[in-house]
Amino acid sequence: MVALIEHDRGVAPDTSFQALTFARSVAEQLGTAVEAVIIGEEAQPLATEAASRGAIKTWLVRHPELTDYGPEAWGDAMAQVTTASGAAAVVAVGTDRGNEVLAHAAAIDDLPFAANVVGVEVAAGPWALERVRWGGSLLERSTLDAPVKVLSVPPHAVPAAEPGNGELGTVEDFAPELDDQAARTRIVERVPAAAGSSLAGAAVVVSGGRGVGSAEGFAALEELAGLLGGAVGCSRVVTNNGWRPHSDQVGQTGKRIAPELYIACGISGAIQHWVGMMAAKRVLAINIDRDAPMVTKADYAVIGDLHTILPAVVSEVRRRKEGATVGGDG
Amino acid sequence: MSSTAEDGLRILVCVKRVPAPGARIALTADRNDIDTRNLGFTTSPHEECAVEEAIRLVEHHGGSSTVMTVGPPEADEQLRYALSVGAGGAVLVTTEGTDPDAQATAKVLVAAIEALEADGGPFDLILFGNESADAGGFQVGIRTARALGRPVVNGIKAIEVAEGRVVARRESPEGYEVYRLDLPAVLGVKEGLNLPRYPTLPGRLRSKKADVPRQPALVVAGGLATLDFRLPSEQVTETTVLGDGPDAAAAVADLLQELGLL
Repeated sequence: MVALIEHDRGVAPDTSFQALTFARSVAEQLGTAVEAVIIGEEAQPLATEAASRGAIKTWLVRHPELTDYGPEAWGDAMAQVTTASGAAAVVAVGTDRGNEVLAHAAAIDDLPFAANVVGVEVAAGPWALERVRWGGSLLERSTLDAPVKVLSVPPHAVPAAEPGNGELGTVEDFAPELDDQAARTRIVERVPAAAGSSLAGAAVVVSGGRGVGSAEGFAALEELAGLLGGAVGCSRVVTNNGWRPHSDQVGQTGKRIAPELYIACGISGAIQHWVGMMAAKRVLAINIDRDAPMVTKADYAVIGDLHTILPAVVSEVRRRKEGATVGGDG
Repeated sequence: MSSTAEDGLRILVCVKRVPAPGARIALTADRNDIDTRNLGFTTSPHEECAVEEAIRLVEHHGGSSTVMTVGPPEADEQLRYALSVGAGGAVLVTTEGTDPDAQATAKVLVAAIEALEADGGPFDLILFGNESADAGGFQVGIRTARALGRPVVNGIKAIEVAEGRVVARRESPEGYEVYRLDLPAVLGVKEGLNLPRYPTLPGRLRSKKADVPRQPALVVAGGLATLDFRLPSEQVTETTVLGDGPDAAAAVADLLQELGLL
């Protein structure tokens, strides 16, 4: 059982050690131990960390071509280390990189690859799996028939493996054979993003859908978000109409967010949108239709035209904020 | 070899027909499929952007764009939509019954691409969606590229072609990662790459009359077989209605204060 520990130039994102937790749940059924795979010498310190988090052995994959991330070279390395380990299964967290590396590794050996698996039942023959579709709105039950099972688990579906106080695992170097083509898809440059939407970490997101009606209609949402120190989001129909940039889009093909409060203005609540904000602690729907799915699924609702409701909310919020400031100064 | 600047770019886009489920997914009585009787179908969102990108690249560099799908005969609808927004040609590789899995789909695509390339020469660029909206396998483009021996990167949100190379960007937590691939190459793209155009009336008329050749797929089943589906247990939420219209503003402000957000 091997688990890929993802990293970027030696830095592990918070999902990385979730792969060990998932791997352990499968390994326990198999009666085997979990081994970690770390690709690239720059991530050597992570090998010790994987060992402390329950990997009985950590494969440190070293090669001059593995200096930065490249999907083909990582895929080649992953396939080779899996074969060398004799593992019955290989897992990763289903991030962009995790799914990409496993797809390459599976393609190399013509193995099936099951992405975003949330349940595994090990058997002598094909394994029974449950995996998510539609961003989590549908569960698929399937069988996986392969000499080596290749699986990813959705990000944050399981917690990260904690450092234990048991015995420390061993670290073993592994040198893959990579041809001169392997590095052709390596990252050649990094461009920092211009300071843009702070959607991902915002405590309050004021989000608009078809009901907002126009790009100009978002002025009221901007104003409310500004007063609350939050960010503006939107649904896919809004980006398709060119009212907002795609970076503001919340949903299956946009961002997944988990604010304290999600204020959904004129959003009907299609599943493709819902999966992007269902992790919000609370949802307030402002909608003209009291039977809209967003209203019936929300914690709070205001029924009516957002074009008259939002200005009223903005002026009430402003009044209370000013009141508080005056009070505070006095 | 890839095209020279004079004859432009030869681009293939692989798309998938998927249901547009709306607010709730309903399953058939045997739970083997999504109940699509009351649903429309669409092109998987990432691939809609792939089609748009191919059209833009051909507008800029010259050449030709072709759209291909492996799917039921009804997927003709999605190919004609691509033609209506400006794709140059379309090919439908038909399957029967349930969708082939990703491994099988890639093999069907590879055979179809090899046949198209034997007739018309190699494609400089083959575009896929990062993953399909319905099956979410994250792999068909990668498998296809591997089988064709071409470089591939997934998750692409910006594309530029110059001097026989494609420069592609993908989002990272800090900004963008840049990849530079020699043509011919394969890319898996994500929505946000561009804003797809809507069909024009002449485009619609042209697409209705267009010839969309069909060929049957020879499907060799892969190792992942779907048994059935189940809906995740839905949390029932008691919705508190704070009020109707602008009069609810005070109640909204109360809520914001209660939540410590104001």
